[in-house]
Amino acid sequence: MFSLLQEAATHAVEHSEGEIVGHDAAHGTDAAAYGADAAGHAEAAGLPQLDLTTFGNQIFWLVVTLVVLYLVLSRVALPRIAAVLSDRQGAITGDLMAAEEFKQKARAAEAAYDKALADARTEAQSIVAQNRAEIQAELDAAIAKADAEIAARTAEAEGRLREIRASSDVSAREVAREVTAQLVASFGGNADAASVDAAVDARMKGAVQ
Amino acid sequence: MATEATGGGLEFHPMDQFVVKPLFGGTDVHWWTPTNVTLWLALTALASIALLVLGTRGRAVVPNRAQSVAEMAYGLVHKMIEDIAGKDGLQYFPYVLTLFMFICFGNMLGLVPTAFTVTSHIAVTGVLAMAVFIGVTVIGFVKNGSHFLELFWIKSAPLAVRPILAVIEVISYFVRPLSLSIRLAGNMIAGHAVIKVFAGFAAIAAVAPVAILAVVGMYAFEVLVAFVQAYVFTILTCVYLKDALHPSH
Repeated sequence: MFSLLQEAATHAVEHSEGEIVGHDAAHGTDAAAYGADAAGHAEAAGLPQLDLTTFGNQIFWLVVTLVVLYLVLSRVALPRIAAVLSDRQGAITGDLMAAEEFKQKARAAEAAYDKALADARTEAQSIVAQNRAEIQAELDAAIAKADAEIAARTAEAEGRLREIRASSDVSAREVAREVTAQLVASFGGNADAASVDAAVDARMKGAVQ
Repeated sequence: MATEATGGGLEFHPMDQFVVKPLFGGTDVHWWTPTNVTLWLALTALASIALLVLGTRGRAVVPNRAQSVAEMAYGLVHKMIEDIAGKDGLQYFPYVLTLFMFICFGNMLGLVPTAFTVTSHIAVTGVLAMAVFIGVTVIGFVKNGSHFLELFWIKSAPLAVRPILAVIEVISYFVRPLSLSIRLAGNMIAGHAVIKVFAGFAAIAAVAPVAILAVVGMYAFEVLVAFVQAYVFTILTCVYLKDALHPSH
């Protein structure tokens, strides 16, 4: 795949393989520190990345690392995180459903309350109407009774009045007759009872009744 | 390093930080030798594991800080695959997340002073890119058979242009691992080398303040680059995965 890189690196490897024995000696003291550091590396290529001699080492350890990481993640970490996430999702869904249920319950309770209130109001109204009707009936009965009593008393009073008037009429006639007879007698006349009665009756016609 | 060894004067060895050395003395680097690459690869893996495994050990419904970050990384990559490659891309999620975590932590740990940046080596990024390239190609042929080749035969173009486009498409397809690996390694090499060069200028008293400010500025920029490059590598992996899963689109 990296034909360019490989070419450069192969060149570098050949170069370093040729020089590796006399490496330290061939270089000046100035480069000794760096040379020791980078011993066995492709100095010609410059980049440590292109040193093919380390590729096997890097690839081997990389594969080991990736396999270990993959196994740990796929066996331990991912199932655990997936379980936590689905638990959380479940908890959230459950809570939402419970909240919805409570809301429904609250709504039902409110409806029941409203219904009870309306029922109570209707009942109260019917009771009031019933009571009013009863009271009205009692009142009517009482009024009728009172009326009847009043009428009876009036009639009685009228009867008595008539009686009194009649009796007063008769007694006035008698008094008038006696007074007339005595007056005639005292004036020296001699009046018979029949003519006195006729005179009194004729005189009293207009006064009584 | 060598700049200090010679003492004073202007000596730049900005590439010394990339030299692969055995950890326990000696000069020979065999394939099995524990080197500074081994050390920083291990630290990269450990940092990823620390975040994603130790960070989530509370399994809290209300996460703490470490768990939030771990979930963010998980969500970022998960959403990326789902958005770009579709639902059927999610079966490759563990590997894509491994890639993202490895590159992100490799880049970030490389910014620790005196650290070795594993992602600055073409051998490392090349293997990562080739793994994506070969993996995606194999997935493409396994999932779609010969229909995978329709990726290069663009049906929406006029028939006369299609052969030319096919050549261009094939070339661009094979350039993918090269661009993936060189983009990442190149960014890392350049940023770290520039920081080293500015740091070298700090040896001269007259320009030291400017040099130190420049190092600080570059460092902040490199932190951004470290994340962006991990993101870019991952998102391109998702795009290639989409091509492998749905080549005719």
